[in-house]
Amino acid sequence: MSEQKTIRLVVTRQDGPNENPYREEFVVPYRKNMNVISAFMEIQRNPVNAEGKKTTPINWESNCLEEVCGACSMIINGRPRQSCTALIDNLEQPIRIEPMNTFPVLRDLIIDRGRMFDALKKVKAWIPIDGSHDLGPGPRQSEEEQQWRYELSKCMTCGVCMEACPNVSGKSSFVGPFAVGQVALMNSHPTGSMRAQERMEALISDGGLQECGNSQNCVRACPKGIPLTKAIATMNRAATKHMFKKWLDF
Amino acid sequence: MNEKIIIVGGGLAGLAAAMKASETGARVQIFSIVPVKRSHSVCAQGGINGAVNTKGEGDSPWEHFDDSIYGGDFLANQPPVKAMCDAAPGIIYMMDRMGVPFNRTPEGLLDFRRFGGTKHHRTAFAGATTGQQLLYALDEQVRRYEAEGRVEKFEHWEFLSAIIDDEGVCRGITAQDLRTGEIQSFAADAVIMATGGPGIIFGKSTNSVINTGTAASALYQQGAYYANGEFIQVHPTAIPGDDKLRLMSESARGEGGRVWTYDKDGKPWYFLEEMYPAYGNLVPRDIATRAIFKVCVDDKLGVGGENVVFLDLSHKDPHELDVKLGGIIEIYEKFMGEDPRKVPMKIFPAVHYSMGGLWVDYNQMTNIPGLFAAGECEYQYHGANRLGANSLLSAIYGGLVTGPKALEYVRGLKKSSDDINSTVFEAAQKEQADKYDAMFKMNGTENPYQIHKELGEWMTDNVTVVRYNDKLQKTDEKIQELMARYQNLNMVDTLRNNNQAAPFTRQLWNMLELARVITLGALNRNESRGAHYKPEFPDRDDENFLKTTKAKWSPNGPVLEYEDVDTSLIKPRPRRYDVAKEGGGSK
Repeated sequence: MSEQKTIRLVVTRQDGPNENPYREEFVVPYRKNMNVISAFMEIQRNPVNAEGKKTTPINWESNCLEEVCGACSMIINGRPRQSCTALIDNLEQPIRIEPMNTFPVLRDLIIDRGRMFDALKKVKAWIPIDGSHDLGPGPRQSEEEQQWRYELSKCMTCGVCMEACPNVSGKSSFVGPFAVGQVALMNSHPTGSMRAQERMEALISDGGLQECGNSQNCVRACPKGIPLTKAIATMNRAATKHMFKKWLDF
Repeated sequence: MNEKIIIVGGGLAGLAAAMKASETGARVQIFSIVPVKRSHSVCAQGGINGAVNTKGEGDSPWEHFDDSIYGGDFLANQPPVKAMCDAAPGIIYMMDRMGVPFNRTPEGLLDFRRFGGTKHHRTAFAGATTGQQLLYALDEQVRRYEAEGRVEKFEHWEFLSAIIDDEGVCRGITAQDLRTGEIQSFAADAVIMATGGPGIIFGKSTNSVINTGTAASALYQQGAYYANGEFIQVHPTAIPGDDKLRLMSESARGEGGRVWTYDKDGKPWYFLEEMYPAYGNLVPRDIATRAIFKVCVDDKLGVGGENVVFLDLSHKDPHELDVKLGGIIEIYEKFMGEDPRKVPMKIFPAVHYSMGGLWVDYNQMTNIPGLFAAGECEYQYHGANRLGANSLLSAIYGGLVTGPKALEYVRGLKKSSDDINSTVFEAAQKEQADKYDAMFKMNGTENPYQIHKELGEWMTDNVTVVRYNDKLQKTDEKIQELMARYQNLNMVDTLRNNNQAAPFTRQLWNMLELARVITLGALNRNESRGAHYKPEFPDRDDENFLKTTKAKWSPNGPVLEYEDVDTSLIKPRPRRYDVAKEGGGSK
């Protein structure tokens, strides 16, 4: 038998929010069907680095491991993505893994994506129903409308579009591509559209649509293939109409 | 109106409870290990059941109720299940009003598809990511209340214990901020647990990594009854993986998917259709799982000699597959590198769902006054086997009823949590903080992740599809050995900030405690019923075991008690799926 096949990983680590990042290398035994997360799990069971020194297991966020929860975003070989779908067989080695540092890094690969959830509040990303009591069926919708809304509704707030966008950073207030997509989603619902103007106001305020530089990185990076640039274009047209109407009403 | 309610868990059950409790006027705090939008409910794929009867099939809530009771092999108390089925159409309409992008018919109405264990099109769906879409809708409604200041969220916080006063009443919780490591106590007039299932006890399963059952186990160790722990659903169709077993929804079969392998002569063998002509590929999960298991393990007829069979959609229209099953097609493509529109998928059964959970009464309250439970962490709605697409229903329904029930309880209280002496809260906090500090002094040689791996392998090998008493006995001994080795652990990470190893070590103990409940519950139940199957006792034994198992914690391991099942609405009858189900009871 030849010697056992191994995987090499170089992980950018950080002990705390105000600590300096450093790189640590790991060598992990290869098995079939591994992804970046199962390599991390192997390190948990045997926390030793490539130099043979004892170390702490890597800290990272993950949950569903099938790309529907949005937790496990990180930069892998230079590309922001979900680590659950990062299959070892498809990655060039050594695999370089870094946190998505558009967001504050808390420890190792753990980041604080709180600003995304705040953005959802800011743009009022909900359908304003009268209450959860029994009021019968919702409005009828065509299959076409449903399919457009379903595409937008797959957004799992993973932050990959934020990392990829050149106009989102710790210094800018841009709500980010995903939030524009969520406004498009809510405004295209028959009930949601009744408050479309309110969401539009939020979307053209500070840190809104005008911050988009049209790099189109978001749509290429989105792991769910959400038509973000189409949503941005739709919202831009709606914003122009909104402004014009406001000007007429003035 | 100043009632304070704590909800632990922000999946469908927790968010539904939060929304209702908030609408009824309570101050609500939600605690969740992950941002609630990332809860395990997102993994549910196929749909949600409700007898809306839009296909001219004569479906009714009673028929849904009878299918559910029959599918659960008569182990569920019947009145709550009936109430759930009666409420189901209204719940689907409510979720529709919240903007869930349910698939539509050409007329713009909600579309429904078939699922296992029924002859009716009863399952509403949003592609094959229905759980995600339902969760997002509730998340949005709760965010709206949060923006209005009616709900407060504690995300990245882990529940540690209930705070129980001198009278045995629940008055709050202790919890830990997983970011800083800080432990605090929080007062409340009622606490609702909505913490999901314990699949991670089995190592690899279809569950998310947060589904350790740690909260339910902690409460069991504080005196809450854990009911029907031995009833673990093994889903027939998952893709084997190195880190997890990824679910391939039952909706694949609901939309016409066929399960097959090659027979002894090398010809395609559609064994479910042959064994169960009346339901075919849409038999309930326990039945399909045992059939696949038999074909692979006993008959050695798995594809290529391995433990896999085909789940085949390749005969279906690819566009229709994208519209109705897009989510799972994508998962299969991304993880297996093959296109299920063109080639059959390779699947094998995987641990999926716990029918058992915290014991609750018909008001969703545990045996600890003031402590409620809803969703997968309680035991009430699925008997010995859950029908597909009933879990999203039971999670939402459970949350919707528990919110108001908890408030009703609070309004009947003589004293509020404000009247409780602060020493009760201080002592609870100190107890947890001391325990946590002690973990950092563990300097033995064992690794917690390694112990967990062994636990998972033993549980999967011996406490899943086919159960033998000698192996169950040995598994219980193994768990006790792991508990002994736990005492010799090494704390692999000693930083306090965002430490994941220490909370995992705490959860590991709780998993071990709950693993004994599951294993000994199975050992003591000498019959076969629903998901619980013993070749040594192949028949259902209503005389001795038409009973709920209730486990009570003791220092020497679980003490089991048995409680009669309420079968007041439908008389138990033999359960079989090779022929069409007879009508059940009177309406």
